[in-house]
Amino acid sequence: MAELAYWEAIRRAHDEELANDPMVIAMGEDIGVVGGTYKATSGLHQKYGEKRIIDTPISENSYTGVGIGASMAGMRPIIEIMSINFALLALDTLINAAAKIRYMSGGRVSCPIVMRTPGGTAHQLAAQHSARLARVFMSTSGLRVVTPRGPMEACGMLKSAVRCNDPVIFIEHERMYNMREDVPETEFFRPLEGAEIVRKGTDITLIGYNWSFVLCMKAADMLAKDGISAEVIDLRSLKPLDRETIRRSVEKTHRVLVAEEDEAAVGTGAEIISIVIEDCFFALDAQPVRIHAADVPVPYAANLEHAAIPDEHDVYKGALKVMGRI
Amino acid sequence: MKAADQKRLLREMIFFRRFEERCFEAYMEHKIGGFLHLYSGQEAVATGVLEMIRRGKDYVITGYRDHVHAIKAGAPAREVMAELYGKETGSSRGRGGSMHIFDPTAHFMGGYALVGQPFPLAAGLALACKYKGTDEIAVCFLGDGANNQGTFHETMNMASLWHLPVLFVCENNQYAIGTRIDRSTAVTDQYKRVCGYNISSSQHDGQDIDTVMDAAAKAIEHVRSGKGPYFIEFLTYRQRGHSMSDKTAAYRSKEEEAEWARRDPITLYRDKLVKAKVVTDADVKAMEREVSNEIENDIVKFAEESPVPKVEDLNKYVLDDNPDPRWIGPLQNP
Ligand SMILES: Cc1ncc(C[n+]2csc(CCOP(=O)(O)OP(=O)(O)O)c2C)c(N)n1
Ligand SMILES: [Mg+2]
Repeated sequence: MAELAYWEAIRRAHDEELANDPMVIAMGEDIGVVGGTYKATSGLHQKYGEKRIIDTPISENSYTGVGIGASMAGMRPIIEIMSINFALLALDTLINAAAKIRYMSGGRVSCPIVMRTPGGTAHQLAAQHSARLARVFMSTSGLRVVTPRGPMEACGMLKSAVRCNDPVIFIEHERMYNMREDVPETEFFRPLEGAEIVRKGTDITLIGYNWSFVLCMKAADMLAKDGISAEVIDLRSLKPLDRETIRRSVEKTHRVLVAEEDEAAVGTGAEIISIVIEDCFFALDAQPVRIHAADVPVPYAANLEHAAIPDEHDVYKGALKVMGRI
Repeated sequence: MKAADQKRLLREMIFFRRFEERCFEAYMEHKIGGFLHLYSGQEAVATGVLEMIRRGKDYVITGYRDHVHAIKAGAPAREVMAELYGKETGSSRGRGGSMHIFDPTAHFMGGYALVGQPFPLAAGLALACKYKGTDEIAVCFLGDGANNQGTFHETMNMASLWHLPVLFVCENNQYAIGTRIDRSTAVTDQYKRVCGYNISSSQHDGQDIDTVMDAAAKAIEHVRSGKGPYFIEFLTYRQRGHSMSDKTAAYRSKEEEAEWARRDPITLYRDKLVKAKVVTDADVKAMEREVSNEIENDIVKFAEESPVPKVEDLNKYVLDDNPDPRWIGPLQNP
């Protein structure tokens, strides 16, 4: 085992996949000479050259389209978009092209791209750098959406995403790049599908993904001190969602909370609660609770930002509410 | 060019015209649904340019007005018609329709509805050709209206910057639906618009197939020999409305239409070949009969008789239907 930061884990996945398959390339703004805003591709330009590590102009929609076109001719581009906010400019090529080409060609053409991007709020980046947007991609047929919760998942899932034949939206998180974890030194893969029960418990199911999963784990520690045993699920894949794992857990605990950093409307939490209602309504002993961001553009002032975004205390309090303790 | 090839090209253009007109009829009979954009009047451009590429090797991509490009690139006409009929035997298994013909075996990489979207996809296909070290190229056909999209500018910049082997063919038919080019576009000569990206370009008559072929041959040679992208503009005219609901009267005059009808690419080429004694009027009549019969008794028949897709297959082709569990999983919880 070797301890790696989240960004190092992503870098390692790039490195291994570039070494493994000459059809793998990486492209994005400042990913080459500079090595990426979050260092996720640092050193790779020096190692693999500018033919494979491509610094692009600031043209998100079109360089994403270039990656998609290349993938239609057999390449496997890893496309970085500096912030998920900027991915809005690439929605035409991602949603209208990449997501639909396999289908509208009757399965004859595929687009094996990975679009990596940090989504989420960080420290006072304000409204135009704090979008989360997972739900935009989650509601698009023809895409896979994955959200690694830590370095191990980031490395193993990125490698799987590169090898998978579908377009994969790979959502990282600005707060998580320096998170550290022991990772096997030998090559490993983590599957793209399936939610994971990371902490077993009996009294309540807490469901999150990437940063909101981290909050759920912290809240579970707090709940343990109150004698409440929380089961924590990392969704991992937002598309497709693993209904089965959610159902089995809720049938065991009879209580559920979903945490997300997005605004609530039409979001992940809404989808998960719907799944619970459809699949195991009669297993519930209490109303479910959603923990989510306030319905405001993310403010700059630190106190307002803090108030807008959920933290572990919000998850904890929400769980107490589900438990009928407050 | 050999007489036999000239004859073949004339026959092809007659075929394409009849194919499109037959689509019109099938649409009126409600056999074809959705939006249908016909290519009548512009045949010399796709026929001439694609005559000069390495068909099946070079990549071809275009917008929604795509039947003729697909067939000339190598997609079987039967399958294109079956696609329009929404049949399982269609080029896209009935999942795409008129605007989304695909035939990757012919390296025809699709028709796209989003105006301007094929620009970057074409550059990506070209990037792959260059990356693999082949001398294949990508050819992107789009209309004049598409050049007002951001993707035009973004892609021209990257294609030039990275010396991508891509030929952009601008089919300037002077209208984007009902908006005449000078009402939407500050610079009406489209070939001038790529100067800012240091891309070689030229403008030609798109009605005379010999002119198209000569110009295309030079442009293709430029691109294939590693000199970077080329932007070629052909002045042409669509004879029908933009799509089936458009009657054209609101935005263009009968006189203008008549003027361009005199420069119909098929008539021009036929007259030229008759004059040069390559064909006789009787040959042409025979060709027209043959083509009509072929379309009716083979192509339309195939489309009519083919099965519709199975409803059970609705969810096929959304993602890879045979994914590798090593990468996909699903992860097993104990
Ligand atoms: C992004 C986008 N905007 C608008 C449309 C609607 N639309 C379809 S075709 C068209 C005109 C395009 O004109 P041009 O590029 O000149 O091609 P032509 O139809 O003349 O071949 C428009 C506005 C669209 N399909 N996609
Ligand atoms: Mg036009």
